[in-house]
Amino acid sequence: MIRRLLFLVPLAVFAVLVAYFALGLTKDPRKLDSVLINQPFPELKLAAIEGRKEGFSTADLRGQVTLVNIWGSWCAACRIEHPFLMQLKEKNLVPVYGIDWREKDPRDGPEWLKRFGDPYQRIGVDPESKAAIALGVTGAPETFVVDRNAVIRYKVVGPLVPEVWDQTVGPLVERLRKG
Amino acid sequence: MIVELGHFALVLALFAALAQCALPLAGAARGSEPWMAVGPPAAAAQAACLAIAFAALVHAYVTSDFSVLAVAQNSHSLKPLVYKVAGTWGNHEGSMLLWVLVLALFGAAVALFGRRLPASFRARVLGVQGAVGAGFLLFILLTSNPFARLLPPPPDGNGLNPLLQDPALALHPPFLYLGYVGFSVAFAFAIAALLEGRVDAAWARWVRPWSLAAWCFLTIGIALGSWWAYYELGWGGWWYWDPVENASFLPWLAGTALIHSAVVVEKRDALKGWTVFLAIVAFSLSLLGTFLVRSGVLTSVHAFATDPERGVFILVLLAIAIGGSLALFAWRGPQLAGGGVFQPISREGGLLLNNLLMTTGAAVVLLGTLYPLLVDALGAGKVSVGAPFFEATFVPLMGPMIAAMAIGPHLSWKRADLAGAFARMRLAGVAMIAALAATLVLQDKLSIGAVAGMGLAAWLAGGTLADLVERARLFREPLASSLSRIGRMPRAAFGMTLAHLGLAVAIVGMTGASAWKIESIQSMAPGDTVEVGGYAFTLVGAGEVRGPNYLALRGTFEVRDKAGRVVAVLAPERRDYPVEQRQTTEAALQATWLRDLYAVIGEPTQGGAFVTRFYVHPFVAWIWAGCVMMAGGGFVSLSDRRHRLGAPAARRRDTAIEAAR
Repeated sequence: MIRRLLFLVPLAVFAVLVAYFALGLTKDPRKLDSVLINQPFPELKLAAIEGRKEGFSTADLRGQVTLVNIWGSWCAACRIEHPFLMQLKEKNLVPVYGIDWREKDPRDGPEWLKRFGDPYQRIGVDPESKAAIALGVTGAPETFVVDRNAVIRYKVVGPLVPEVWDQTVGPLVERLRKG
Repeated sequence: MIVELGHFALVLALFAALAQCALPLAGAARGSEPWMAVGPPAAAAQAACLAIAFAALVHAYVTSDFSVLAVAQNSHSLKPLVYKVAGTWGNHEGSMLLWVLVLALFGAAVALFGRRLPASFRARVLGVQGAVGAGFLLFILLTSNPFARLLPPPPDGNGLNPLLQDPALALHPPFLYLGYVGFSVAFAFAIAALLEGRVDAAWARWVRPWSLAAWCFLTIGIALGSWWAYYELGWGGWWYWDPVENASFLPWLAGTALIHSAVVVEKRDALKGWTVFLAIVAFSLSLLGTFLVRSGVLTSVHAFATDPERGVFILVLLAIAIGGSLALFAWRGPQLAGGGVFQPISREGGLLLNNLLMTTGAAVVLLGTLYPLLVDALGAGKVSVGAPFFEATFVPLMGPMIAAMAIGPHLSWKRADLAGAFARMRLAGVAMIAALAATLVLQDKLSIGAVAGMGLAAWLAGGTLADLVERARLFREPLASSLSRIGRMPRAAFGMTLAHLGLAVAIVGMTGASAWKIESIQSMAPGDTVEVGGYAFTLVGAGEVRGPNYLALRGTFEVRDKAGRVVAVLAPERRDYPVEQRQTTEAALQATWLRDLYAVIGEPTQGGAFVTRFYVHPFVAWIWAGCVMMAGGGFVSLSDRRHRLGAPAARRRDTAIEAAR
């Protein structure tokens, strides 16, 4: 009997491990780096992208709920979320501001927008990563949800795809508008 | 088109794997010959489909087809061809495809070489392999399809992380997977044995070469990874106890225990349940490693693309595979009665002690690796477990293991005479005392760890060589007679000697590189000289150079010894890869048997100076030389007649079949 129990020990240990892994999975490691959440959006004043007059400044964000999207023409994952950003604009769901990050050539960004469409209200350029550092950006794309007092309320790491919008960002934007 | 063919072949492979799983297992349960016969052709079909799929993916990388998402994210048209090919497995999707390809190739090899296995046994082994393959193919197709398209395609790709553009790292994953997945064969044999309710010497004879081959590949894979970390990351260390490193080390520890306990099953018909358990554990830890690296439950300095959705899938897969096999073990394992009895002081006893220490070591490493996760899951905050924990727990466990390892080969089976063994080991005693004395005299500052490490290494080398001397009756018989005895020694004995010596060599390297490492960080202008560990490093100059896909700052250092002779000119670089927007350090090093000189150039500081780092690593090359010897020993042992697949099996098969009746 004791011999039988001995053979059960590995299974029991493994069951405990699985429980821990399952718990661990519910904690999204990507939520860790959100020290900026509920902090005011850093004061930025970025120059305009070529072909546009107005750049991007933090003052633009006040008075409305907005998204700020970090992108670059060099970023393959930005191509994935791009059609959805265009939809946001067409359906007038939420204004999206762009920060064009680390272009090798300042003409690359406008060229990219001309080719695929321009979903942004205003765009600032960030060739030297000043804004990216202030925002703690680890890679493109990243999208910040900013409330009408220009306080960061959420950050999406990676492409803003429809699922993320439906499950998290869309409801949050609604809530922020009401409250 | 080729990409779609690859995708199609991947789907076909899934169906082949399902057939390979379901029919032979059901056939073996019902005793249906035709159903069991589906196994080998299904295994071959699965391997062929995956070879086609993998070739299609390599083709997409080589031709820089950026309409494929994975290619666009990980490759670039300007990348050298060899890294375009290596880029295939330098990311999550491609590496998973390589993983199942290796698994299917092992499955096909079992089908091909296993003709002499009892039919029901082979059917079960192939069925289990098919089940594992089907699980992973589902995972790939549902959550990480390497053939997903990106339309319209971007003008160029993101590039492969330049840290990974390196020959050692191009080879590291294939070797690692040959090791990880190689244990799937031992796993499948273990499950088949539990289903059949029988483990015998013939079973161990089959499991040993497969496990040994997997172990050799894993040894090489880990050594390549460690070597790469040493010269590429520029931190001057060779092992960081990082979760990802531990993930590869855990199956190695379990596999080492397995190849030793399988000997006991083969020779003495004992430790059966334990060996089956180790076979399950070795592969389970390989699976766990795959899970930890990809699911994002643990953060690591070199994590793969992490994705909780994938994590859930892998966790379910793990729960089924590992949980299922451990449940089967709990149910059928107690019936595996051992035959041979033995005294504690015996060869079996020594191997069992080795096994217990190895598995305890593995448990400690597993605990240290998972501890941050356990604490986080309990909501107690974030902790990280680093090198000090492992040095305080794992390293002391290995001390007695190595001490016993030298004695083991001198013990006879069943019952041994410890005093006689020690008498035969005078050489080991002499070597150990000499090493202890030399270490105490030669080292500048007293380090107990260094003395212990060198002493143990000498004891192990001496004990291993004493065994060789004993077998050859060297110094007791004429030399010619001794040499002919050595000539007639089985290759497996040679392999064991070489591998054990390899560990001794590696311990010298690990001890020397940990205890006597000298490092120095400073800011230097051209013309400055810094003294490090008896060597004078002079910055001769620094300038920009242009590589194929990077720009670099290159410093040139002259290194002089105490006599003022130039012993090395080192030219480390700091590379800037514009496409990937990443910087890498290219350390420069000059390696000799006694020490490595290692230089890194860093950021420019004010006034035309640069941050520089120098290391003198004594004996560090011995680490990798030791790993090569260990893997080499494994391969020599594999070439032994007794292990040659099929050769000894003819007679065995009859006995096995009779036993089955």
